[in-house]
Amino acid sequence: MTGVPTVLDERFRAAAVVSGELDVAYDVLDDTPVGPLLVGVSERGLCRIGFDPEPEAELERLARQFGPRVLRAPKALDRARGELDEYFEGRRQAFDLEFDLRATPEFHRRVLAELNRVEYGHTTTYGALAAQVGAPRAARAVGTVMNRNPLPIVLPCHRVVGANGSLTGYGGGLDRKEWLLRLEGALL
Amino acid sequence: MSGIPPFERFYEAHKDEVLAVLRRRAGRDRADDLFQETFLRALRAYGRLEHGEHLRAWVLTIATNALVDAARRDRPTAELAVEPGEEDERPALEELAPLTDGLPPKERAAVVLRYGYDLDYDAIGAVLGSNELAARQAASAGVRRLRKEKEQR
Repeated sequence: MTGVPTVLDERFRAAAVVSGELDVAYDVLDDTPVGPLLVGVSERGLCRIGFDPEPEAELERLARQFGPRVLRAPKALDRARGELDEYFEGRRQAFDLEFDLRATPEFHRRVLAELNRVEYGHTTTYGALAAQVGAPRAARAVGTVMNRNPLPIVLPCHRVVGANGSLTGYGGGLDRKEWLLRLEGALL
Repeated sequence: MSGIPPFERFYEAHKDEVLAVLRRRAGRDRADDLFQETFLRALRAYGRLEHGEHLRAWVLTIATNALVDAARRDRPTAELAVEPGEEDERPALEELAPLTDGLPPKERAAVVLRYGYDLDYDAIGAVLGSNELAARQAASAGVRRLRKEKEQR
């Protein structure tokens, strides 16, 4: 049995986007400076950015969170891909994308909303974020929220550091956190 | 929702076979359009599947119906004349096949999707490229026909 020609395959994937029937359209951006990124969008907005994607696990997770109609459909990612490219080239400091945080618990969403106000090239601390959401003793819980951030880079958890200025941790690994902070000029 | 793979997995698992079946039965040019039609119909109904079993048979049922619709568009007055597939591509649940094989393709698909896959009529309409009412009518016509056949036996 011969396979489906690429042009036919791509045509279907594009038509699936136009049909508006997808729960999540995703693609893997293979050649970003921080390695391969899986990016997913729903009809509401960006719903997933994943480092070192293991597609099998990621797809299962997206299907569980947003519905089973998950399809690789690069066309739906044009805008997100464009903004990420600009960011990595140092030509963009803020993202102009809608987010879909349906699958994220309420407390996490509150913390992520505060996080989203931390500007390019600046840093904050876990404790400061905790205080801003009215839970000053919850620095550790804020750390967990950062670790489970569904939209790293775009929701800039790399800008959150320890009280003593140490990088502390990063869901995508400390190397990437350091690279992103250097890109933004927050680290020399 | 359990047991239903992400659509990407379903598509990757069945796209080659669906295209091969369509090409064999409709020719290369027509098959390309029907390929897209088949998977768009599947996508439309996919969110309402109750389980992830028999997905191969399910998608081949959809492909067969896309073929039937195309044949009907070509020859609107002719009787439906889609050849039954070979044994290995029979687009129906095997348990239901002996029972439903005598039905016209639309009715057979509606009966199989309703009673074999537990799809609601809205989803069956999406699969058949029609609507909820037409799906309901096709399924009930199919059941009536089966009943009549049984009585005559």
